[in-house]
Amino acid sequence: MATEFHNLQELRHSPSLVTKVFIQRDYSEGTMCRFQAKFPSELDNRIERTLLEETVKTLNSYYAEAEKIGGQSYLEGCLACATAYIIFLCMETRYEKVLRKISGFIQEQNEKIYAPRGLLLTDPIERGMRVLEISVFEDRGSGGSSPSSTMSSGSSAR
Amino acid sequence: MHLGVSESMRECEYSQISTRSSTPMETPYKKRTPKKRKWEIFPGRNKFYCDGRVMMAKQTGVFYLTLILILVTCGLFFTFDCPFLAQQLTPVIPVSFLFDLYVSLLYFLQDVANGGTGYRPPPRTKEVVINGQTVKLKYCFTCKIFRPPRASHCSLCDNCVERFDHHCPWVGNCVGRRNYRFFYMFILSLSFLTIFIFAFVITHIILRSHQNGFLSALKDSPLVVCFFSVWSIVGLSGFHTYLISSNQTTNEDIKGSWSSKRGKDNYNPYSYGNIFTNCCACDQDQCIQSTKFVLQAAATPLLQHQSSEPVILTTSPENGGTLPGRASLALTGPCTSLPLGQPTPPTSTSSLSCHEAADKLPESVFQHHFLTPEEVPSPPGMLHCGSPMGHSHTTQAGFYDPASQDSLHEDSVRGLVKLSSV
Repeated sequence: MATEFHNLQELRHSPSLVTKVFIQRDYSEGTMCRFQAKFPSELDNRIERTLLEETVKTLNSYYAEAEKIGGQSYLEGCLACATAYIIFLCMETRYEKVLRKISGFIQEQNEKIYAPRGLLLTDPIERGMRVLEISVFEDRGSGGSSPSSTMSSGSSAR
Repeated sequence: MHLGVSESMRECEYSQISTRSSTPMETPYKKRTPKKRKWEIFPGRNKFYCDGRVMMAKQTGVFYLTLILILVTCGLFFTFDCPFLAQQLTPVIPVSFLFDLYVSLLYFLQDVANGGTGYRPPPRTKEVVINGQTVKLKYCFTCKIFRPPRASHCSLCDNCVERFDHHCPWVGNCVGRRNYRFFYMFILSLSFLTIFIFAFVITHIILRSHQNGFLSALKDSPLVVCFFSVWSIVGLSGFHTYLISSNQTTNEDIKGSWSSKRGKDNYNPYSYGNIFTNCCACDQDQCIQSTKFVLQAAATPLLQHQSSEPVILTTSPENGGTLPGRASLALTGPCTSLPLGQPTPPTSTSSLSCHEAADKLPESVFQHHFLTPEEVPSPPGMLHCGSPMGHSHTTQAGFYDPASQDSLHEDSVRGLVKLSSV
């Protein structure tokens, strides 16, 4: 399969992905979107506990805000019902606006906090809101092998 | 541990990770190849139309049958009854009839366009506590996921469906989270339509019989069809109104999952206790998720490297702009934010041994932070980092075999795509 070949190429030229850590959904309060605030032990030596917990807490608050049932969501619902949902061709719902905000937040977190530590957060929406995926990359603090080739392939990959 | 120089080198290395894109490990080569949509790779028993925007079950004939039935009935009414009634009573009748028909069809099509999907379950279960009630989440071998709460597998569609209500044979599709609101609006508007037709056909017959004593056999057809459909459709609307007010799905109601007969402490953990809140909460239905996000949903717990990325999709930006995205917005309906409960169990080269090994896991393990299945495939170097499972499962030899990884990944992605419902 062609994809296998590409994957091997990636292995050679990119920082190798060691593992993925998943933060699961927290269903204790119902089916609202919440992620467990429990700190995964694999990340013990990669990132400070408080940073990750803060990220998860902020994400949870964003999702709670998105799913909040208030005046605007009522209005959107009634308008949608009245127009047989055609209105959604023209406007973006509040939920979508918050989703965009969340993805901006995750990107910012990745740039500032996670990428320098060799971690990468994946937006939960891209995993079907099932998990918060944290990709753990190899710690190349001591230099690593062929850094120049990695860097050059990195710039080309971008 | 981190020297100044090496840190800058690390910066450069990690800058390969694009924090903007969802596919951080894209290579230039990969960008040139046309990306396949997930639904193209894992269709299950579903059929997809309009570039993945419309998803239907295998038997699409039923959908056309229903559509024809509705159109023929309404056509007959329009042809035979409306002219008479428009003259005798008011022209508003045909106008309101047409409007109602139009709305019904719109909901009908949106209902079909959304769909849900699913897969078959395994004996493995995981327990979660939701609002004080213990709920068992079953593992689906076909979709290779733990089904989230309220999800169920539909054998007709061959996929797991989030917030599974039922498989509607008339529409030819599953009714789940994403299209429940359309389904409900459809049956509601259809019940108004049938009551409308029934009432006016009766009126027509009565008026005509006063004038001519003439009961045309032609008028019998919409009457007969309407007579039966009024009861069934109005009944169905009432039933679903009850379900919405108690925040249950048809599946749960039929199985009596939250019935007090099962146990004294059995209650519906999803209900808010208040009819109006239940109706309004509608389980995150207020969010409408674009096809883009739905197609991107995938879990790759088994893969160490981003070999999952090749299968990730194109979506609206590549489809050429915002308009297709917006169009898909209208068709795709409410979002499916219920995540899948679990990633797949530990893998090895053969899926059989995978399941056997996973069988040894104690139930309690799954209640922990649940990285155990993901931890297992990690290289031996990482295994010691807090794997509570204890079982070695060090069949690492096969792990980097791209073929097996891709197939396993495909399997798990399949379940997820379906669960997220294209």
